[in-house]
Amino acid sequence: MNALDKRPAPAPSRFAAYGTELPSRLLLGTAQYPSPQIMAEAVAASQAGIVTVSLRREQARGRTGERFLELIRDLKARILPNTAGCRTAKEAITTAQMARELLDTDWIKLEVIANDDTLQPDLFGLVEAAEILSRDGFKVFPYTTEDLGAADRLIAAGCEILMPWGAPIGSGRGLANPYGLKTMRAYFPGVPLVIDAGVGAPSHAAAAMEMGYDAILLNTAVAKAGDPVRMAAAFAAAIDAGRTAFEAGLMEPRDMAQPSTPVAGTPFFDLPPRSS
Amino acid sequence: MEKSTSEFRIHLNGESVATKTSTLDALLVEKGYADAKVATAVNGTFVPARNRAAKALSDGDHIEVVSARQGG
Repeated sequence: MNALDKRPAPAPSRFAAYGTELPSRLLLGTAQYPSPQIMAEAVAASQAGIVTVSLRREQARGRTGERFLELIRDLKARILPNTAGCRTAKEAITTAQMARELLDTDWIKLEVIANDDTLQPDLFGLVEAAEILSRDGFKVFPYTTEDLGAADRLIAAGCEILMPWGAPIGSGRGLANPYGLKTMRAYFPGVPLVIDAGVGAPSHAAAAMEMGYDAILLNTAVAKAGDPVRMAAAFAAAIDAGRTAFEAGLMEPRDMAQPSTPVAGTPFFDLPPRSS
Repeated sequence: MEKSTSEFRIHLNGESVATKTSTLDALLVEKGYADAKVATAVNGTFVPARNRAAKALSDGDHIEVVSARQGG
């Protein structure tokens, strides 16, 4: 059977990652907000059950990390640390190990970045790091592409979730390759799939959810909105709408028009059309 | 007690600094990280907090001291 003919398996209405059921299908980043207060309000408005954080160098006698952690812990969302900026498997592995100790979680959003222009994943380094981290007990959330071969390798490495990009990080371009993403959804009907990166508008998120994607991870589209708190609420509504539409079952598109109003009983139906 | 050694230079979060301390644990105290909630790596390899006291430092070591930050 052609992979595209396979429909995604019926999914529960709640999103679960590594056996943990989550209150929302939105995962929200914590960077680039106008202020910590607005970030906290946006997370609340988004209803996100997972927030992403990074690790960065701490200044001597600095307490920036501690203050940030206090703020994050008050959000009552689960913390997903990332390996953003890592260029090799080795860097990503060390960062993941530091994150596990610092944040007391074995969850890691694994990023191995191939180049600075597109910030696209280095799939070879990603698979290498995913294998090592999974063996070490990590629950890996890999930032990947729609490449099916790499996805198979990530699953074989122990990943129970995949996070393909919609478009390059921070670009806001939406779903650059809808065909590839539909293929991926059809090819892995039982694997939780999260669109990570590139989502710029609630309509992008809704489109991904209508395809059957399980969740959306985004940051810039909310943080850089004119009103991040309202935009967070807009994304929550769009993701909910898209998911509900997917579960309801979308109509098949048709090539030609077909009247929605019944034809039978149409007045004047038996008369020849007149121009005036 | 911390054994006193001659001064040498290390790279601490990308900056070249002098130290006389011989272990990672002592370095963190010397540089003002004593009670900070941080994670550490030496020459690209993670050093768990419980191993810092036993982690000897050498001239030219690259040491990373990190904490949580905003991220996407």
